Amino acid sequence: MDDLIADFVAECREMLEALGGEIVAWEAQPDDRARLDSIFRFVHTVKGNCGFFEFPRLEALSHAAEDALADVRAGRRHADGSLVSAVLAVIDRIGEMVAAIEAGEEMPAGDDSALIASLEPGAEGPAAVPAAVTNMEGASKASAAPRTIRLSVELLDRVMSTVSDMVLARNELARRLRESASDVPVDGAFERLSSIIAEMRDAITRTRMQRIENLFVGLPRMVRDLSAELGKQVLVDIEGGDVELDREMIEMIRDPLTHIIRNAVDHGIELPADRLKLGKREIGVLAVSARQSGNQILIGIHDDGRGIDGKKLVEKAVASGAVAKDDAAQLSHREQLALIFEAGLSTAKQVTSISGRGVGMDVVRSNIERIGGIVEVDSRLGEGTRMTLRVPLTLTIIPALTVSIAGHHFAIPRSAIEEIVRANGESVTLENLGGAGVATIRGRRVPAVSLASILGIASDVEEQDRTLVVLRPAGGDVYALSVDRIHDHEELVVKPAAPAIMATSLYAGTTLADDGSPILLMDPAGIAEVGGIKLETLERAARIAEAPAAPVSKETPVLLFRGLDGGRRALRLAVVDRIEVVDASAVKEAAGQLRVQVGDTILPLAGASAVDIGDEKVRLFRLNDGAQEMGYAFAEVIDFAAIEHEIIHAERPGEVSGVSLVNDQPAELIDAHWLFANHVGSAAQAGEPLVCRLPEDDPWMQNMLRPIVEAAGYRVVGGDDTTAADLVIVSRDAEVTTGESSRTIRLRPEPEAAGKKDESIYRYDRAGLLMALKSASGGKGR
Amino acid sequence: MNELLLIVAIAGERVALPAAAVESVVELETLTPVPRAPQHVAGLSALRSRVLTVIDCMRSLELGDTDCSDGIREAAVIELDGHHYALIVDQVEDVVEALSEPVAVRAAMEPGWERVAQGMVETEQGPLLLIDVTALIAGPDVRAAA
Repeated sequence: MDDLIADFVAECREMLEALGGEIVAWEAQPDDRARLDSIFRFVHTVKGNCGFFEFPRLEALSHAAEDALADVRAGRRHADGSLVSAVLAVIDRIGEMVAAIEAGEEMPAGDDSALIASLEPGAEGPAAVPAAVTNMEGASKASAAPRTIRLSVELLDRVMSTVSDMVLARNELARRLRESASDVPVDGAFERLSSIIAEMRDAITRTRMQRIENLFVGLPRMVRDLSAELGKQVLVDIEGGDVELDREMIEMIRDPLTHIIRNAVDHGIELPADRLKLGKREIGVLAVSARQSGNQILIGIHDDGRGIDGKKLVEKAVASGAVAKDDAAQLSHREQLALIFEAGLSTAKQVTSISGRGVGMDVVRSNIERIGGIVEVDSRLGEGTRMTLRVPLTLTIIPALTVSIAGHHFAIPRSAIEEIVRANGESVTLENLGGAGVATIRGRRVPAVSLASILGIASDVEEQDRTLVVLRPAGGDVYALSVDRIHDHEELVVKPAAPAIMATSLYAGTTLADDGSPILLMDPAGIAEVGGIKLETLERAARIAEAPAAPVSKETPVLLFRGLDGGRRALRLAVVDRIEVVDASAVKEAAGQLRVQVGDTILPLAGASAVDIGDEKVRLFRLNDGAQEMGYAFAEVIDFAAIEHEIIHAERPGEVSGVSLVNDQPAELIDAHWLFANHVGSAAQAGEPLVCRLPEDDPWMQNMLRPIVEAAGYRVVGGDDTTAADLVIVSRDAEVTTGESSRTIRLRPEPEAAGKKDESIYRYDRAGLLMALKSASGGKGR
Repeated sequence: MNELLLIVAIAGERVALPAAAVESVVELETLTPVPRAPQHVAGLSALRSRVLTVIDCMRSLELGDTDCSDGIREAAVIELDGHHYALIVDQVEDVVEALSEPVAVRAAMEPGWERVAQGMVETEQGPLLLIDVTALIAGPDVRAAA
């Protein structure tokens, strides 16, 4: 009997764990049949077992929940918020009772009638439970969660160390076998033993690993309860649940993570009404993600709430004496935010039951640091907060590449490796600039360092014969590391090295190779640092962190230039993409306005009339409004400047929006908005698609030309279609039925025109074709 | 009951290690060097699927190098803060009982010994220097910085 009860308890526990996420998902999508079924299955199982074991309270509860859910399943009732909450409460109560049974306690006395009643409203008539029950019986057994048992980590450790010893013994045996005369049957048996041991080692190693999902699975439920209590709406977005982490590590992270999430929901995300006022979506988003980065696991918690007020923190810190007043003024934004980790500081205005008692973030930090991790915080007032937990991947299995320098073997985490090239390969050159190595790999220049020189080992392999491993450390930029030889890909169980070794910052840990010898795992970011590689991204990140502190300039940067008519003009720098120089012949009057051909694209051109364009080169600004482009012709660039003076606005909207003093001389300010509105806007409004007629029997037109025409915004019809076409494309010598008021483009197969009168376009003159297509559509627009 | 001591020879001198700290005595065969590591870290070795950080006691005491070229070396395995270390010694001799609490040595010792010595203990085999393994593992650099 006791065994049966133990089984029942274990089964309930498993199902309860699996259920946490299901219920929240069900609430979000009440018509999700699969979720409903799994919840129903749970209460049904509990009910069935309780009858057998005589747990009357459990039975009454599960029976009531089953009835209510059966109604929903049968479509007699809609799953609303109150029902979900009631079902949740019932499941929680069941969980408590199961825990009591497990502990061998007496079933606690209590009254469940209130809970059962809360399931009631909306229920109509007796439920047809028996029918549903018989249906579910089979399914419940088929899709039961995998059975688990609990083991102490020490036992696992012992098994693991035994297996490792076994591997070593096998290696020893292998050596002995090689030395003695070979005997085929013995070799065969040994091979088999080897593969079994390898498999076993693999399995045992993985027993200590757990998907971080186990940590994440309870989060939706927790956030749901919290937000319901606080009257907030929060959407949880979870990513990276398949990252694997050491079991113990997961347990160590659980509390800090919970605390950070509570903080985010409580202090970070605003009430729905406040969010609407701020122009945010009513529902706050809490994103939790995990990913492996080099030798660390990164867990990010990001909310789009109100953010942390660094100044308030500083005030608090000064008031509480944690920071001296003089020092406080010099704190950077990042340092201000880091104050939340000081003991006894909290910016929450009121203390709630959920968080804000001033104990918390300091505990979170010390807990994370105890396991060798780091907590980082980044926040923008009004935009949200991002917390990042970086925890080491001790005991995490990581795929690595083994390399060697003069006989010394090292491992490099594969996640950081971008590619591997030979130093003397075809598209690779290795140069020395002032003692610094620069590798050019397919035209891309990356800094290069030699592992041999970093480690101070003399290598007898010529520089040109080495292999380059292109690395991208977490959050850093690419560099190439040259090594003597590449060996093998291996899955390694990494352990932290002794402090004295870690202090070199070159290594991420130690591990045992398959032959039982120790191997050091390199830290790509550390190598870069020791090797003197300047990682741009790191620097940029540092700059970004400091940038908000700098006063924002009120000046508007502009580009000062002289127009084709000699006028002194200025254009806001932000809209100028780049400067192009084209032949005068690339500028053509087409479809009522000037257009310029730049490369393969045709842009509307402003700032000039056809007369201004001489026979020489035309210089133009390429303007971009984020979606569309246009050109603006000019004579010369005078300077970069800033508008500091008042702008005298033009009376009428036009190309010039106003006049201001720029570098102490008046200049006309070009109104980029007006330019786009008048030159691009009209053409872009497609409205009804234009119709283009293509001969149906010409495979070249259908296969090669049609995609281009369609991309230009035309609807393509066949030769027999009676729809009036805006454009007809035919080969040069084809007959055209007159009567259509449309344009006709004629294509010729040879590049050279037949004579002066020949207006046809060479059929592979893509730019010419596009120009013709554009001008045809422009004609319609006018 | 009095503390047990492991008598080892380092740099030709017989000294005592607290036996409780010593997990086992092993013979090291292979040594994987750790480039750029502090001087006194001789390298890594594997013992029963664990990685041992091998400490050269001679260098830790700034008394010169241990000659590791002849292969097998005797070492005492010590666990400290979750890491396993192997201290290379000339010879492991005996286990004896301490007959007294460690007392300060009042004569001037060589600086290396001075740093790692916990004091002098009386044993049946005469007075011996008791070594602080933590200091021995920390080596000269770390100690100087602290």
